[in-house]
Amino acid sequence: MSAGRQSLSFRQRSVIPGFGLTFGLTVTWLSLIVLIPLAALVLKTTELSFDRFIAIVTAPRTLHALGISFGISFAAALVNAVFGTIVMWALVRYDFPGRRIVDAIVDVPFALPTAVAGISLTALYAPNGWVGSLLEPLGIKVAYTPLGILIALVFVGLPFVVRTVQPVLADLDKQYEEAAASLGASRGQTVWRVVLPTIWPALLTGFALAFARGVGEYGSVIFIAGNMPNVSEIAPLLIVVRLEEFRYADATAIAVVMLLTSFILLFIINRLQQWTERRTTES
Amino acid sequence: MSVAEIAPPAATPARVVRRAPPVHTEPAGVRIAIIAVALTFLALVIGLPLVLVFVQAFAKGWQAYVAALVDPDALAAIELTLIVAAISVALNLVFGLVASWCIAKFEFPGKSFLITLIDLPFSVSPVVAGLVFILLFGSQGLLGPFLQDNDIKIVFALPGIVLATVFVTFPFVARELIPLMQEQGTAEEEAAISLGASGLSTFFRVTLPNVKWALLYGVLLCNARAMGEFGAVSVVSGHIRGLTNTMPLQIEILYNEYQFAASFAVASLLALLALVTLCAKTLLEKRIAKDH
Repeated sequence: MSAGRQSLSFRQRSVIPGFGLTFGLTVTWLSLIVLIPLAALVLKTTELSFDRFIAIVTAPRTLHALGISFGISFAAALVNAVFGTIVMWALVRYDFPGRRIVDAIVDVPFALPTAVAGISLTALYAPNGWVGSLLEPLGIKVAYTPLGILIALVFVGLPFVVRTVQPVLADLDKQYEEAAASLGASRGQTVWRVVLPTIWPALLTGFALAFARGVGEYGSVIFIAGNMPNVSEIAPLLIVVRLEEFRYADATAIAVVMLLTSFILLFIINRLQQWTERRTTES
Repeated sequence: MSVAEIAPPAATPARVVRRAPPVHTEPAGVRIAIIAVALTFLALVIGLPLVLVFVQAFAKGWQAYVAALVDPDALAAIELTLIVAAISVALNLVFGLVASWCIAKFEFPGKSFLITLIDLPFSVSPVVAGLVFILLFGSQGLLGPFLQDNDIKIVFALPGIVLATVFVTFPFVARELIPLMQEQGTAEEEAAISLGASGLSTFFRVTLPNVKWALLYGVLLCNARAMGEFGAVSVVSGHIRGLTNTMPLQIEILYNEYQFAASFAVASLLALLALVTLCAKTLLEKRIAKDH
């Protein structure tokens, strides 16, 4: 290869070999496994007329399923933002017996298969389950209701909030809190005005990650949800139902809506992460 | 140490300082309340479900537990899960190494876009991940007629299950390696090359030893997800008993047939895998922190 070719090459010069090979393999494999299959989904959608697409997406059952998926994911992410912050605070700031084990347990939803979590949460919160039987006399039904979906989505989303915020609080220099206290702020004011603003971007990122995960979640939800159309049927399940009815067009249209929203969420999360990084490097 | 030093005088300034409330923690009551809320929440959402899996698995005793696991359909599901995980992890391992070499050791335009694309499967719903392969290879799919003419089965068979699993586990190895290799830079590789080592021996003798723990970490996480994947596999598998049922699908079938103890018995194996993965992860994180 001539020197002229080298200077025209689109990567910067390096003595390390293997760029062409590894770049080519990476792009090829990525295209085969991820990009072409996703493109097939978009291509299939273009076979639908615009009116048909709108009719499928605005059908009451589809709208309910999308509303349930997005609404309950949002609620679950809120629950996780509150309780995840409490859990994270206890883990970072306090010492108590079994802290390391509790810290490890937070990662269980990352590692435990969703189907296992699904059947176990259902058995736990069913009317005859350990927790469900305590709630039943109070008139609270969890399993086979939208509340069950909330519990399942809280389970899958929790580690996203805790693991996103935890390092930020752990890195926070305590001198700011000491300064606030020495200037006369109460502990409550210090936490509210000094600590929370610092962890806020990370908390928002964790919230968005938990929300995005909840929208697409399937395995842990379908066992506990009851899956009543229009009441407790999530959008991913409706895709499966339409597939089983061989209504491929319907399944594809709903999937495209979900794919587009997950791309938008991904974009927002990327922006949030950049913001978090800027905030933490400035301080 | 003299007695005078141990016994404090009546009023020392040191005692006054010790009594002042610490400025960067909360009153004891608040502390206890926060810990109590955190532990209760974790128990309700994570702890109890985890314990329940094992309690339910042994609800009908040891013999029923073993019988559920040696059932031919269960054994077939375990075997299929192991095969699918082995293929998917191997493919993602090679891809992860290739992609992170390309991204971490060279500078080229569009790099951050490439990293975003590699992470993409994380943000796609598992059901959508399964659906795309049905749309591509199913009987009504884009390549369906061609596959039928040539008698090639992809969906409702092993290749489809592997494809769906590779899709959902795609980023695991690469995303553990890329940040570490970027941080380690290229100085060691450049030194090896300039001293006459070939590209391959540089990779095996310099780069690989530097990232081995992170690689193992990525492989473990990838394996846990591959064995436990439910949504994507459920869409492409066709649920053919003894043939295309993986362990998570077998759990679903048994559960829907009200064979709860058998269902939880299979589930307990996956829960055990999750616990082992987490233990290994905790140990590996310390090793990786040293590499950074």
